[in-house]
Amino acid sequence: MKERELVIVGGGPAAMAAAISAHESGVKDILVLERDQFLGGILNQCIHTGFGLNHFKELLSGPEYAQRFIEKITGIKDIEISLQSFVTNLNSDKELTYLRPGEMEEVRARAIIMATGCRERTREMIHVAGTRPAGIFSAGLAQKLINSEGLLLGQEIVVVGSGDIGLIMARRFTLEGAKVKAVVEIQKESKGLIRNVVQCLDDFNIPLYLSHKISKIYGKHRVEKVDVIAVDDNFNEVQNSRFEIECDTVLISAGLIPENELIEMAQVEMDKKTNTPVSDEINKTSVEGLFVCGNAFKIYDLVDSVTKDSIIAGEMAAEYLGYKK
Amino acid sequence: MQNKTYDIIIIGGGVVGCSIARELSKYNLKVALLEKEVELAFGVSKSNSGIIHPGTQTKAGSLKGRLCVEGNILIRKIAKELGIDFQEVGELIVAFSKDDIAKLEEIKIEAEKLGVKKMSIVDQSWLKENEPNLSKDVVGALFIPSAGIISPYRMTYDLSENAAKNGVEIFTDNEVKGIVVKKANDLEIMTTQRVLKTRYVINAAGLFADDISGMVGLDDFKITPRKGQEFLLDKKRENVVNHIIFPLPTKTSKGVLVIKTSDGNPMVGPTAQDVDDKEDLSTTDDGFKEVLSAVKQMIPSINDSDIIAYFSGLRPVAGEDFIIRHEASVPGFINVSGIQSPGLTAAPAIAKMVCSILQENGLTLIRKKDFKRYRNETTHLFKISKDKARKLIKENEGYGDIVCRCEMVSRKEIEEAIERGATTLDGVKFRTRAQAGRCHGGFCTTRILKILSEKLNVPITEITKRGKGSLIVKGKRAR
Ligand SMILES: Cc1cc2nc3c(=O)[nH]c(=O)nc-3n(C[C@H](O)[C@H](O)[C@H](O)COP(=O)(O)OP(=O)(O)OC[C@H]3O[C@@H](n4cnc5c(N)ncnc54)[C@H](O)[C@@H]3O)c2cc1C
Ligand SMILES: Cc1cc2nc3c(=O)[nH]c(=O)nc-3n(C[C@H](O)[C@H](O)[C@H](O)COP(=O)(O)OP(=O)(O)OC[C@H]3O[C@@H](n4cnc5c(N)ncnc54)[C@H](O)[C@@H]3O)c2cc1C
Repeated sequence: MKERELVIVGGGPAAMAAAISAHESGVKDILVLERDQFLGGILNQCIHTGFGLNHFKELLSGPEYAQRFIEKITGIKDIEISLQSFVTNLNSDKELTYLRPGEMEEVRARAIIMATGCRERTREMIHVAGTRPAGIFSAGLAQKLINSEGLLLGQEIVVVGSGDIGLIMARRFTLEGAKVKAVVEIQKESKGLIRNVVQCLDDFNIPLYLSHKISKIYGKHRVEKVDVIAVDDNFNEVQNSRFEIECDTVLISAGLIPENELIEMAQVEMDKKTNTPVSDEINKTSVEGLFVCGNAFKIYDLVDSVTKDSIIAGEMAAEYLGYKK
Repeated sequence: MQNKTYDIIIIGGGVVGCSIARELSKYNLKVALLEKEVELAFGVSKSNSGIIHPGTQTKAGSLKGRLCVEGNILIRKIAKELGIDFQEVGELIVAFSKDDIAKLEEIKIEAEKLGVKKMSIVDQSWLKENEPNLSKDVVGALFIPSAGIISPYRMTYDLSENAAKNGVEIFTDNEVKGIVVKKANDLEIMTTQRVLKTRYVINAAGLFADDISGMVGLDDFKITPRKGQEFLLDKKRENVVNHIIFPLPTKTSKGVLVIKTSDGNPMVGPTAQDVDDKEDLSTTDDGFKEVLSAVKQMIPSINDSDIIAYFSGLRPVAGEDFIIRHEASVPGFINVSGIQSPGLTAAPAIAKMVCSILQENGLTLIRKKDFKRYRNETTHLFKISKDKARKLIKENEGYGDIVCRCEMVSRKEIEEAIERGATTLDGVKFRTRAQAGRCHGGFCTTRILKILSEKLNVPITEITKRGKGSLIVKGKRAR
């Protein structure tokens, strides 16, 4: 089995910041494994601006923010970047298996940084009853289909969840000529930034239903309508509050879950509720020399904070490998 | 097209229709199968518990009891021939009291009459050893080793593929709209796309078998859909049980079970509720609560946060038993109707029974010399050993290109599924499991759409979830 000093799993902003910082701290042998054909992670599909205010003191789009790191990391000879490389196994001896077209590779690392990002909560996870027709999308999938593939998904939209991603997608649909009939939020307040509520909903007169949830999806082939009901402080249904909204598309933007199935394989002690490693310190896990950063460690609102904490992850790995600050 | 006369036309491309098709393909006959949906296995056969029942919960003397026990035996050979993954995991019917144990004894006696073998009553210490997550309140269980699990849709696809290889013509997207009985053994079938002539018709139309029967003037039964809601757990809970766990049956159903599936995800359900609408596949909050509280009594560690997917299936119920018979008033018309549970298990035995009925009614069955009995097993990366996977990936780089990360499905497997007949997102999902994991296609849908579009040579805007009006995207952005 091949041996490497440091292997970083993922190729998003967290992975890139960690790799660069580990290198700056002295690590000379770094392998970055990214399953996609590109570096940049989720930023590639975030074509709106709102990135970089803290780190670069500039307002950038997602791809622009990623590009700055891509340029830097690809200029560093000691960092080997392996794209289309999908890590399938990890054990507590820090041995990794990954697949790429034509090869199954195995490598043992002295230290590992996991920067695998997150996935979206699904309609199933929030237990919405009803049928399962076409026209139900998670927000990130919709964002990818619209922004990266140039496709239109529907004409009449109901957005479930008012976090930043839901808000930004409500605006995106509107700009693409669709009618966003409602954003439905179970909490008493939007989870998104105030500027996003204003710029994405208010400016376009999109109604935001706070303390409401969708309780049922209708439609045989394609979504036809949804039931919306009000909920009280304990999220119990308010009687007789049900009403219907006709729509052909339901967008689920109900939060993100860190992707940590690999560290679970490596026997890392996990917090089952949040799907994150149990840890008393940032980026750390119960397995020595196995670090986690970015959205895999916890869900961040801003990519700038991902970068900041992932730089620390790179330093921690370097220190673990014996490089003095 | 119009002038060809078939010996037999099967209506319905579910597990029953496809089992019959494969059985008939052993003989020198001209056979066609008609299915209204754009792909096979989109009816009841896609949404059930996937259990190959041993025959314990059916009455001795019933047709479904006999066919269930026979099917349980026949499926093993078919699975080997066609490379279908059948696992004999065994089942436990659990008891919470002394009285319950007495009931288990009754079930055992009844099942022995049907021919179920090797059953035993096991005690708490056996259970502690072999089923450690079971509730401490369970005092004993009836252990039936011959119960098994299978993927119901893959079974249907593999049967149909082998039937087609042996000459059965399969027409999807062909809804039967009318049947004209010209005279005995001379029938004309009108579909949404063509007219076909045949000597025999086999009605295996599942929930719509009463409508088909009505087309030849028979109205002596009615199908009432009985809904069953099922909830799938994350693969992380794969080993939450080692057997299929049953409560004691009630009058109307086998109760809510903890099921192992051949995909690895455990499943809990089903509910049993009569509904009116044959297309009502919705799930409800009440169903969710009912299932969860019922399974928690048996396996307390199952939680709502384990659930990653859910669906409903409708059992095509026409009275207590299956209706499998030649209709004397319409010579050539054979009903295979009311195939409720355990229809999946019984399907291979139903197919044999249909052959006998055809023979009794004047059809000569001559075995083909060149019947192709075997089918190469479909490769699933998530099922094979590391060394096998390594070899495959070296031979074909498409196996190293993972499309669905939750379920580990490669580009090559998706392309193969399309080559084998998948034309929709659901068709790809049922065959490969891509999109069936915890992220529900959040990551892979885009790529699967592109692969479908490329392989089928149609624009992405025409790809559907499951045919008809289920378009995924509505157009292209003006750039
Ligand atoms: C839809 C959306 C909109 C957002 N909008 C904003 C915004 O407006 N402003 C802002 O500041 N922040 C925004 N964010 C947050 C910010 O983009 C994220 O916090 C940041 O991208 C997280 O970086 P990451 O590297 O941890 O994860 P990701 O960017 O998700 O990168 C993870 C990478 O790991 C790879 N990977 C995963 N598993 C494996 C494996 N097994 N093998 C190999 N590779 C693997 C993935 O392919 C991916 O490239 C948004 C996030 C989302 C999801
Ligand atoms: C919740 C649930 C759980 C179950 N669990 C089990 C189990 O664990 N074990 C077991 O053995 N059984 C089980 N069953 C029963 C089993 O699923 C069925 O008995 C079996 O799938 C029936 O198969 P079929 O081919 O008759 O029906 P279907 O699969 O419905 O096939 C009939 C086909 O006919 C087509 N069709 C209808 N009308 C027309 C028309 N006019 N023209 C052309 N085509 C038409 C339909 O589209 C359909 O594809 C369960 C059922 C349910 C609902």
